[in-house]
Amino acid sequence: MPKDKSLSPTSQSENSIPFWHDPAKRAIVFQLVTFLVVALVSYYLFTNTVTNLKRQSIATGFHFLDKEAAFEIGESLISYSAANSYARALLAGMLNTLKVAFIGILLTILLGTIIGIARLSSNWLVSRLAAAYIEFFQDIPILLQLIFWYAVFYDSLPSPRQALEPFPGLFLCNRGLAFAIPVPHPAHFYMGIAFLIGCIGVLLLRSWAKKRQDLTGKIFPVFSSGVAILIGFPLAVWLGFGAPTAMSIPELSGFNFSGGMNVSPEFTALLLGLVLYTAAFVAEIVRAGIQAVSKGQTEAALSIGLKPWQTLNLVILPQSLRIIVPPLTSQMLNLTKNSTLAVAIGYPDFVSVANTTINQTGQAVEGIAMIMVVYLFFSLLTSAFMNWYNKKIALVER
Amino acid sequence: MQNNSKSFDIQADKIKPPITSVGIIGWLKQNLFNGVFNSILTIVTLFFLWKVIPPLLQWIFIDSLWLTTSAECRSADGACWSIITQNYRFILFGFFPYESQWRPLSAIILLVFLLLISRNRKLWNKMLLYAWIAGLLCMAVLMKGGVLGLVSVESAQWGGLPLTFLLAVFGLTAAYPLGVLLALGRRSKMPVIRVLTIIYIETIRGVPLVSLLFMSAVVFPLFLPEGITVNKLLRAQMAIILFTAAYIAEVVRGGLQGIGSGQYEAAASLGLNYFQTMRLIILPQALKIVIPPSVSILISAFKDTSLVVIIGLYDILKTTQSVLANPLWMGFSTEAFLFLSLIYFICCYAMSNYSRQLEKELATK
Repeated sequence: MPKDKSLSPTSQSENSIPFWHDPAKRAIVFQLVTFLVVALVSYYLFTNTVTNLKRQSIATGFHFLDKEAAFEIGESLISYSAANSYARALLAGMLNTLKVAFIGILLTILLGTIIGIARLSSNWLVSRLAAAYIEFFQDIPILLQLIFWYAVFYDSLPSPRQALEPFPGLFLCNRGLAFAIPVPHPAHFYMGIAFLIGCIGVLLLRSWAKKRQDLTGKIFPVFSSGVAILIGFPLAVWLGFGAPTAMSIPELSGFNFSGGMNVSPEFTALLLGLVLYTAAFVAEIVRAGIQAVSKGQTEAALSIGLKPWQTLNLVILPQSLRIIVPPLTSQMLNLTKNSTLAVAIGYPDFVSVANTTINQTGQAVEGIAMIMVVYLFFSLLTSAFMNWYNKKIALVER
Repeated sequence: MQNNSKSFDIQADKIKPPITSVGIIGWLKQNLFNGVFNSILTIVTLFFLWKVIPPLLQWIFIDSLWLTTSAECRSADGACWSIITQNYRFILFGFFPYESQWRPLSAIILLVFLLLISRNRKLWNKMLLYAWIAGLLCMAVLMKGGVLGLVSVESAQWGGLPLTFLLAVFGLTAAYPLGVLLALGRRSKMPVIRVLTIIYIETIRGVPLVSLLFMSAVVFPLFLPEGITVNKLLRAQMAIILFTAAYIAEVVRGGLQGIGSGQYEAAASLGLNYFQTMRLIILPQALKIVIPPSVSILISAFKDTSLVVIIGLYDILKTTQSVLANPLWMGFSTEAFLFLSLIYFICCYAMSNYSRQLEKELATK
């Protein structure tokens, strides 16, 4: 035996290394142990949960979704009553979440961009005010802001009879916000179609103009003609229908407003809180994005004869958007996740409805799992978009 | 010599800029009225401020009441700060026994003192670490009592500002090591470890904190075997720790990615093993890079503690809400919430200022 070993030195050195000194083997053992520990802990928690549920005689599974919900939802985009199933209640809650997130994201980008640009203004007063806004709204918890705005509605605003009217046709009272909207008319439907057709037309026009510019070097005014098409086309349809101008104006009837558009105090407070809070973060992102593009870029673009709007469109924006979009997307996701705080002020968003469901059925595990899956889905969707976008705009380096 | 200086004076006189470009007028012209658009903007902003600020100041200071009963407040025009002065003990300390409230107060003072001395980076050494451990223990004793002749106070009675600070500070202290481990796991070459940590980090970052707090409140008790219970505060604290750790992991991972591969190779060539490499070479550098973003995480953890209201813990927001639920003080929510905002603002502003200062200090080195 000893002879064999001395004859083959390579096999000897391989054999004599104990497995805990071999990184590859050690890694396998280490991973196996980790995996086993995680699996055992999960199994332990799972069996505990099952026994506990049995002991408290709580049902498991998702059968409760078909049962009658037996609770009302304050506002809903789809028709819903207490006689509907839990599934429909949760769907209504989900749509409410999407509604506040969608409107919130649009308003946040608008307000955040304005404040971000104001922060960079050469006007000292405007720049300082924007800085104060950013610092102030970033430093106060979003939940406190939501509760504050909601309290403004029920504590400080008058009843519908003495409603404030800051602009003609817009009323503010402790029952929420009411404003005038056009009376529904078939023309609106056709105007929407005209707008969609206009959008497609502008896209076609843009690709045609680009092709022509590549071939002949002539520049076609895409922006101004595009705006003209997008506004002019629906306008022509509107005029074609005899220009219906009837407005539905909110009027006081009984204890509340009827007619016009009524927005609940919960929704308004939630939207206001989310937009004001997130806009402060978006403003910082926009500012950083614009500042990251050096001044030399603007000067170089102007010196080769580009007009100011061309400089912005062709040189500055493509570069700052590359910096702005990724953090902006994560702020949008933050806004969506923060909208779950609606549960604190009674806006029936998905979490709020799921919470009521948990309280009524006692099926906490399923309820929480649904909440997590829904938000995880949004967040994975967002990161998928972000990866796609990053790939699309990544610098092509030589 | 004299001649020379005189001629200099004359020259200086000659090249003196026009009066409109120096001093206050010059500053105004350059910063507020450079161009038509900016002038209009300035005037509109000034008009807006003139419309808003004086009535606001009048409401806050001139017409306000500070030390009155609620009945007197209701007939006044200004702000009713009496809601704060009459209830500040409950807002700040919640249900902590009234005569023992010096204990949470000294715990807060101790914490603020520790934070203040930690501002100075020259003092960052082992001594400070021991001071922190001793300080945190001291705070725990002050809050919990039961020894040294202090009356024992159940954690269910803790509330107000100490609870907010406690959740944030303990949350971050416990989450940091966990976050570093997760970050190392995510950059590990072992696929099982990497996948497990990625699943953990992405799941936690993908769900709202509210869902984790709900989970700690209603699902977590189901996980435990019969007869064992963990109190609500500890469960909420665990949720905050698990949540914050995922965010810290991503920040630390950013720092780890900033370390060149030469550092790893150099460490390996010295014969250091994985743990030595990490402890002596990589982590000291990586953690230094991520100090400023870590302060931002501390700020958001501090703000996020307000969410425990949703599961019914008496943090400073909840104590304020319960004061407002008292019919005597109902309706003065604006004043109460402004006071709270001020507390949060001061804390977060101090931290973010510090973070900016650190960023400047670290950038030059």
